[in-house]
Amino acid sequence: MADVNTPTGSTTAGSIEVGTAGAGAQLAGPGTGRATVQQPIDARVAVKPSFDVNDFPVPTGREEDWRFTPLHRLGGLHDGSAVSAAKGEDKVELSLPDGVTAETVGRDDARLGKAGTPVDRVAAQAFSAFEQALVVTVPKETVLTEPVKIDVHGEGGTRFAHVVIDVKPFAEAVVVINHTGTGTRAANVELLIGDGAKLTFVSVQDWERDAVHAAQQTALVGRDASFKSVVVTFGGDLVRIHPRVNYAAPGGEAELFGLYFADAGQHLEHRLVIDHDTPHCRSNVVYKGALQGQDAHAVWVGDVLIRAAAEGTDTYEHNRNLVLTDGARVDSIPNLEIETGEIVGAGHASATGRFDDEQLFYLQARGIPADEARRLVVRGFFAELVQQIGVAEIQDHLMEKIEAELEAAV
Amino acid sequence: MATLEIRDLHVSVDAETGPREILKGVDLTVKQGETHAIMGPNGSGKSTLAYSLAGHPKYTVTSGSVLLDGENVLEMSVDERAKAGVFLAMQYPVEVPGVSVSNFLRTAATAVRGEAPKLRLWVKEVKEAMAALQMDPAFAERNVNEGFSGGEKKRHEILQLELLKPKIAILDETDSGLDVDALRIVSEGINRVRSTGEVGTLLVTHYTRILRYIKPDYVHVFAGGRIVESGGAELADKLENEGYEAYVKGGASE
Repeated sequence: MADVNTPTGSTTAGSIEVGTAGAGAQLAGPGTGRATVQQPIDARVAVKPSFDVNDFPVPTGREEDWRFTPLHRLGGLHDGSAVSAAKGEDKVELSLPDGVTAETVGRDDARLGKAGTPVDRVAAQAFSAFEQALVVTVPKETVLTEPVKIDVHGEGGTRFAHVVIDVKPFAEAVVVINHTGTGTRAANVELLIGDGAKLTFVSVQDWERDAVHAAQQTALVGRDASFKSVVVTFGGDLVRIHPRVNYAAPGGEAELFGLYFADAGQHLEHRLVIDHDTPHCRSNVVYKGALQGQDAHAVWVGDVLIRAAAEGTDTYEHNRNLVLTDGARVDSIPNLEIETGEIVGAGHASATGRFDDEQLFYLQARGIPADEARRLVVRGFFAELVQQIGVAEIQDHLMEKIEAELEAAV
Repeated sequence: MATLEIRDLHVSVDAETGPREILKGVDLTVKQGETHAIMGPNGSGKSTLAYSLAGHPKYTVTSGSVLLDGENVLEMSVDERAKAGVFLAMQYPVEVPGVSVSNFLRTAATAVRGEAPKLRLWVKEVKEAMAALQMDPAFAERNVNEGFSGGEKKRHEILQLELLKPKIAILDETDSGLDVDALRIVSEGINRVRSTGEVGTLLVTHYTRILRYIKPDYVHVFAGGRIVESGGAELADKLENEGYEAYVKGGASE
């Protein structure tokens, strides 16, 4: 055999797990490698949400929710030890367009905890331990032309944070939380989208390399309201973001976009839950990630439940990963559970490919130098998603960040 | 006049058992305007020759030389070879997700020509070249080779050949997997490029079928990692009738 054997198509890289679930059927979870773990959505539905950290046992790493997370790198957020750790400081800068209010409130403020309840121990820990919350309110029918910006710069130590974004009926807003600096942080973000309102919420994790960040971002989407979540994770040692969508009334729409770039040694985990328990709501999920370097690890888990009452639901979720070097690992698990057949559509897809020597050779053989070839591929991979964010300033910033990641490429 | 000179080329690959020599002394000279058909049985090393000339990292040149107009091709990186005027149309073009055909073509043309083509002229040039290959304009917005049929991949390779205008075009089994219509369209594309007289063509093929459309000036029989017989177009007729059996028997081919 002397002829060159060039593989066509994308090759799989690292480890890819795909679990799917059909209507009422036993949930499939192939390749979990452990017969004793609970099944994905069952397990999460069985967990009783609670604001009290003591209602959750300390995770061991065997739980379905925690099996990918390196607990020893969580800075004690999961076992209570973080509470006694050095209290950290944040520098928070707010940029508030006219009409928007921001308040710092105590734990007893009636507006807290309305979007949803913590569903895991770290989120409950954050809720049990935070001292003050930030409440940002966009008044009824206020249409913002400038984004609300919340710049959070961690200055080290452990922080528990709580943020509420309350977008009143028929208001329209873009809210950007940008995380920089370092520290160990557990947070809850509540997003209340009033009837007929529109919110684009962008959460950027641009941490320094040693930061730890776990956050539950819970949205409650009102009647005929539109919610767009954009989660962007570049930095940190361990980042675990958990967007959740609940619908308060029919007609709601949620788009969840995510973009991550894991470098050597980073653990970037995104797990999202969309709970369709209300008729005639829509959801669309697209998460894309690139990985480069030894032990770069990305985890994506997308759980979509369509409950019996949620007739007319239309949902799709999609995760794609691009592995740029050897030594990286991806776990990608879309789960879809459907309890009614009276829906418009439901689907999911997951694909992990690698930028391999053959692609590089092909592009180089057309005169394109190696570094430019890599940029071309990664830029193309992300650009499609970035364009859907719909906020030019954010889009430009993200493409710049992607370029910067590529400059640092191994 | 551009000339590619291959002298005593030896190439090996890393196999499990250590390096294995595949090319065992190839000598060939291809001049601008000429068309050479390299024909041989499977495993004879003809694709290895094609990929070695383009610089695929899988192949190690152990001895010999390749000169393009006196310049040492073997010292060039893969992209430098392309810029110097070597083009390889691949048997299995690679999918590049996320990169559109139009973006890819323009990036390649910019790299090979040394400057970005003027947009208006470029759009026209691409449009015409695609039309000539009977490619749907929507093709330009698809990702490179992603979900392309076999015929679409080969047309896309020849589209690049037409746009990049190399000095030496190496066409590796461009005819394989094509139905008669696609073969005709692709061959016409190759003939358009040949008719400029500015390209030396190395047509690597297993079958004589494509030679009905593309008349070679020279035919070389490749077996056991080297050229074992050379002749004119009539040699192809002999192969058509007799096959490769005479060359494989007692040859060094594995």
